[in-house]
Amino acid sequence: MVEITDVVCSLCGCVCDDITVEVEDNKVTKVKKGACSVGKSKLMGHNRIKSPAIRVNGELKDCSYDEAIKKAAEILAASRRPLLYGWSSTVCEAQKVGVELAEELGAVIDNTASVCHGPSVLAIQDVGLPSCTLGEVKNRADLIIYWGANPAEAHANHMKRYSYVSKGFWTEEGKKAKKLVIVDVRATKTSKMADVFLQIEQGKDYLVFSALRAILYGHEDVVPDEVGGVSKKDLLETAEMMKGAKFGATFFGMGVTHTGARQNNIVNAIQMTRAAHTHTKFTITPMRGHYNVAGINQVCTWETGFPFAVDLTRGYAWYNPGELSATDLLIRQECDAALIIASDPGAHFPGESIKHLAKIPVIQIDPFPNPTTEFADVVFPAAVSGVEAEGNVYRMDNIPIRLRKLIDSEYPEDEEILKRILDEVRAIKEKEDK
Amino acid sequence: MGTKVNLISGRTTVQGRNLDSKMSDEYFEEVARCDLNKADMEKLGVAADESVKVRTSYGEVVVKAKEAAGTPEGMVFIPMGPWANALVSGDTHGAGMPVYKGIDAEIEKTGDKVLHVKELMQTYM
Repeated sequence: MVEITDVVCSLCGCVCDDITVEVEDNKVTKVKKGACSVGKSKLMGHNRIKSPAIRVNGELKDCSYDEAIKKAAEILAASRRPLLYGWSSTVCEAQKVGVELAEELGAVIDNTASVCHGPSVLAIQDVGLPSCTLGEVKNRADLIIYWGANPAEAHANHMKRYSYVSKGFWTEEGKKAKKLVIVDVRATKTSKMADVFLQIEQGKDYLVFSALRAILYGHEDVVPDEVGGVSKKDLLETAEMMKGAKFGATFFGMGVTHTGARQNNIVNAIQMTRAAHTHTKFTITPMRGHYNVAGINQVCTWETGFPFAVDLTRGYAWYNPGELSATDLLIRQECDAALIIASDPGAHFPGESIKHLAKIPVIQIDPFPNPTTEFADVVFPAAVSGVEAEGNVYRMDNIPIRLRKLIDSEYPEDEEILKRILDEVRAIKEKEDK
Repeated sequence: MGTKVNLISGRTTVQGRNLDSKMSDEYFEEVARCDLNKADMEKLGVAADESVKVRTSYGEVVVKAKEAAGTPEGMVFIPMGPWANALVSGDTHGAGMPVYKGIDAEIEKTGDKVLHVKELMQTYM
């Protein structure tokens, strides 16, 4: 048995890097400390896709990697409008090859941000983001606000490692000397811990941000007695807590990105943070979901100039979320083939979009079978990044961290599979050119 | 005609634990269900683990009902996953992001069975 310390978790955007595991006979046998229950389940492993496979007469038939590579490259090379989607649960090294493949094919490349924090990206491009690292929050913040987020369930270590419960350089007393405000439409495990719980009416986030902005700028006279289900008294109390904090930090989740106003909610949240700056230090950070969704936004931006929803069919990068995001392409029935990697649109896309995806040839690269596998036409099992493969990822605050390899894998890494598909696509194109 | 409700979806711990194990029974038990307020359950005449049909303009699914005190009256929460998303429109109104929360829906008691994930995916083919 070998004990491995400082293991990095490859599940959510917290990317906890203080985990200890035990490894025996090339298996993770125990997660000793550091991981939450969600991260622990990832480290301990799940059922795997056992073999590469190609769908024949409706059934997936096992095949060799060579055969699957050939088939995948043929599908992509013959496609007039391929979509390369996913990328959030793999490492930056694989993402880089993905962008190269998109360039070679003249494809649309999009990532899971488009169904997650895409609106946050749009808002940040519009008005910027007064943010900081999670280390700053841990060491300085005495007021934490979670808005439309339920970290007790979705990012279980976030409060313990970085925010409300953590103890840092100027926050050595931990939660005893901090305040927690939760804004949500329903009571959750997180809201039970709050000093102040603002239960707002669903879809009224924009109004509540506006009311707090007005109060923080000294215009409480324009705020009515109730805004979005929250009393003026509670809004005034929250604004006083914000003004009185030494350092405030807001984290926001899908509660604001998934509702009607979308990016406008986030613009207003950022402007509320700016309003707080007239009194004290205040930051705001999106609660990114997948462990490397921030990474694909970084890699895609280095390589194409844009973070998601990028069209490379013109021979140069063209960016237009709402037109080129995966769900939009699918409901317009525009793409005629798709490569899905490190994500699961079968589970997480609207049913309306899945209908088209299920009809076109789909190539899937993933360690685990999931709803997307049910309609995938070529399937590649891959090594699990962070357990069987190393590589760089970006935490939710855009800090790069290197995932460690804990055990050997019988499966190739995402990067290797993508490189082989890229080589095969180039070979097909060279042949066609002759 | 069912009762009108506001549909939202989101993460749960058990859903997260099975993010890479979506074909498992634990994922099915957790995600093919909806949280309802006690008053709404009484209104619909459903007990815990009885089936309800949730319908929107974009689709309908059958899920198990579960009482959740934190969910306000008139709201339905389905953990994110294939069952919740069968009810979501793919139209992003130019924003790139579908509206996953705040969807007008109708809910009613049903004797129909909850489709397993494989059966649900078959409906798209």
